[in-house]
Amino acid sequence: MSTPDAGLLVALVGNPNTGKSTLFNALTGLRQRVGNYPGVTVSRKSGTCDLGDGQKVELVDLPGLYSLAAASPDEQVVIDALSGNIAGDRRPDAVVLVVDATNLLRNLFLASQVAELGLPVVLVLNQADVAQEQGLRIDTALLSRRLGGVPVVLTSAWKGEGIPEVRRGLADALSRRTPLKRVVWPADIAGALADVAQAAAADTGKTVSSADAQRLLFDTNVSTAERLGWTLERREKPLRAARDRVRNSGYNPMAAEPLVHYAQLRVALDGVVSEGLGKAGRTAAVDRLLLHRVLGPVLFMGIMLGFFASVFWLAKFPMDWIQLGVDWTKGVVAPSLEPYPMLQSLVADGILGGVGAFLVFLPQILILFLFIGILEDSGYMARAAFIMDRLFSWCGLNGKSFVPMLSGFACAIPSLLSTRTIEDPKARLATAFVVPFMSCSARFPIYALMCAAFIGPLYGPGWESLVMVGMHCVGLVFAVPTAFVLTRLVLKVKPQPFVLELPRYQMPKPRDVVWRMWQNAAEFVSKAGTVIFAITIVVWALSYFPRDASVAERIRAAHPTESAEKVKARAQAAYVEQSYMGRFGKAIQPVFDPLGFDWKITVGVLASFPAREVIVSTLGVTYSVGEGAEADSQDLRKAMQDAKWPEGPRAGTPIFSLAAVLALMVFFALCSQCGPTIATLAQETGGWKWAAGSFVTMTTLAWVVSMAVYQVIIRLT
Amino acid sequence: MTPLSQLLPGQFGKLASLNPERGVDQRLMALGLLPGMVLKLIRKAPLGDPLAIEFCGQVVSLRLAEAENLIVDVSADCPIQRPRQP
Ligand SMILES: Nc1nc2c(ncn2[C@@H]2O[C@H](COP(=O)(O)OP(=O)(O)OP(=O)(O)O)[C@@H](O)[C@H]2O)c(=O)[nH]1
Ligand SMILES: [Mg+2]
Repeated sequence: MSTPDAGLLVALVGNPNTGKSTLFNALTGLRQRVGNYPGVTVSRKSGTCDLGDGQKVELVDLPGLYSLAAASPDEQVVIDALSGNIAGDRRPDAVVLVVDATNLLRNLFLASQVAELGLPVVLVLNQADVAQEQGLRIDTALLSRRLGGVPVVLTSAWKGEGIPEVRRGLADALSRRTPLKRVVWPADIAGALADVAQAAAADTGKTVSSADAQRLLFDTNVSTAERLGWTLERREKPLRAARDRVRNSGYNPMAAEPLVHYAQLRVALDGVVSEGLGKAGRTAAVDRLLLHRVLGPVLFMGIMLGFFASVFWLAKFPMDWIQLGVDWTKGVVAPSLEPYPMLQSLVADGILGGVGAFLVFLPQILILFLFIGILEDSGYMARAAFIMDRLFSWCGLNGKSFVPMLSGFACAIPSLLSTRTIEDPKARLATAFVVPFMSCSARFPIYALMCAAFIGPLYGPGWESLVMVGMHCVGLVFAVPTAFVLTRLVLKVKPQPFVLELPRYQMPKPRDVVWRMWQNAAEFVSKAGTVIFAITIVVWALSYFPRDASVAERIRAAHPTESAEKVKARAQAAYVEQSYMGRFGKAIQPVFDPLGFDWKITVGVLASFPAREVIVSTLGVTYSVGEGAEADSQDLRKAMQDAKWPEGPRAGTPIFSLAAVLALMVFFALCSQCGPTIATLAQETGGWKWAAGSFVTMTTLAWVVSMAVYQVIIRLT
Repeated sequence: MTPLSQLLPGQFGKLASLNPERGVDQRLMALGLLPGMVLKLIRKAPLGDPLAIEFCGQVVSLRLAEAENLIVDVSADCPIQRPRQP
């Protein structure tokens, strides 16, 4: 991460949701994710910022925090960045403090804590457009004077207003090196801080800054002591003595810091903000509706239903077009490759059949992310957490778990990262453990395929969407008891506080929402072009080879009266069956037999261990290779509808009976087949133990529940 | 003197005391909720818990159980103008 030492390092610090990432994007020209929810950025990201005079600095975007007394892992990132505690990283040379212009007092608390670091500071009052709308007028010159002469800049980062001034202010701060005015401690607190600094320095042999001394004295968090290497037994006594000294002067040591800071900030802010005539925002009014006792939950359900309905219905048309496009390409390409049967099979059955079957789901992915983006940027996400908290608290999670869980419906990986906003490590672990249960977009393809091929045609579109919604609930239904067992019995999590700021509502910004959707779509498509493509070819090859000519000859000899076409089809099927994949699938199939999976499905299940979506492309290969002779006519649905058990007790009955279709969907709803998720889980929980636990739990659960579904339904139908 | 959890939606109160040793209260203090501060219970969530409270021009959620230890004075006249609602 480190850059040439010549470059200066500047950190963006501020409360959550003030617009740091938006400002970062404006200053660096990069595109960091932004959103109207406290805790969008959870790790540090850096970029290069031009100061306008040719000078370049490295700018770091950090998670938001309210106080340096860090409680959650994302806040700790900021403390570490400011103290140069991240491996291979330096301390910043300056800090851009981003504050919300509509709430200076609260935002400046963090600023005056940061002032203790003594670094050059630029104070950016962001969201000036909102402040102006509310009729607030801020005297920046007066504020600058009160705060020790640091540059103070009013910006609307989102509109790009005031950005050149920030660059200039930063250049100014770096050359003049003006720190923010520090708080003046009452004599006894100052004395206690000096005692702590002295004791720590004596014990550790390190230099202990005044900022360090404050963290040591005021916080229950021990990260500073750990960084300095000040052990518990050595620090216990001097810290107790210093805290007693503070207490004897009339301050509770745990409350002294905010009390002193806020009192002095009130004085510093006196006369800085004048309230003119402004529009009262609509937030309170909208909340009266959206958080209403009765209407609130109704609207919540409505929004969630609308969410799923639009994903299914709206996406239908573009999906059909893509399918048509794939079929058309197949129809054009396949005949021209007739002279080269192997290449023909590779292109038509392998690549187009596999990757095509996967790409069809692009429209649904787009709508899914569009929706989540709108929910987040409008400010509704925090309200959803507020409404849902009660339902989560009984199982040891909290409303903050809701956001990772909801976005888990899109993809588990960013959701696992967003669990970093949860303070308690155990609650965080429990949330991370259940996030992969949420029905992510990678499960979508298999549900959609099964519903469109079987549920829809047999029971009508009503049932089709009901089953779709139902499948999305399966994960949730099992996640909640799992969380309960985990938090109550295994981890024994203490009840969690739920202090979440409810941001003001705003019109979702199309630019941000579309950007986010676009990024995710690009990721999806590039996955189709890389991972899925590679697995598809491997699966195709395993199901194409070995290809001994004797097989075809034997078939021809056995069916002398049949047409050439028919013999060819039979031969294809025979080839697949004796291919490597066929043999392997048949060997493993008994494990999945109680679930009603034939060997082709078994192959799909096995092939999709790296990524769930692969099931669809694998079925695309295994089922169309057998039919493949007339490549233009058969699509995957038809091939599956016609598939029958060739032998055994179920011979002649359809493989994809209602029981098997449901069992297959349930299996994929619960299984843990996603390599990246497991890797992320290991990374976020600090070891492979939990990742392995998650894999075993989910796979076992998937097998058992899916088996139960199959066995029950097969007996009922 | 009443626990914050017993305020009615829409009611104002002046914070009399909190427990600085608790993590939740430390968070609230960082947000500016200090003794003497006027706050308002805006509403309870549809299921009765958590609460939404307003102080220092911001709306923050808080669980009922956590609000029990926050003691507010509802009889004190609340001289501070109604906190700004963005
Ligand atoms: N009206 C207005 N909205 C802004 C402005 N700057 C940012 N926003 C919005 O404020 C919200 C938060 O912006 P982010 O850039 O994600 O904030 P952040 O400080 O990085 O937030 P965290 O990463 O959660 O700490 C987004 O919805 C932005 O669109 C601004 O100048 N004016
Ligand atoms: Mg951010």
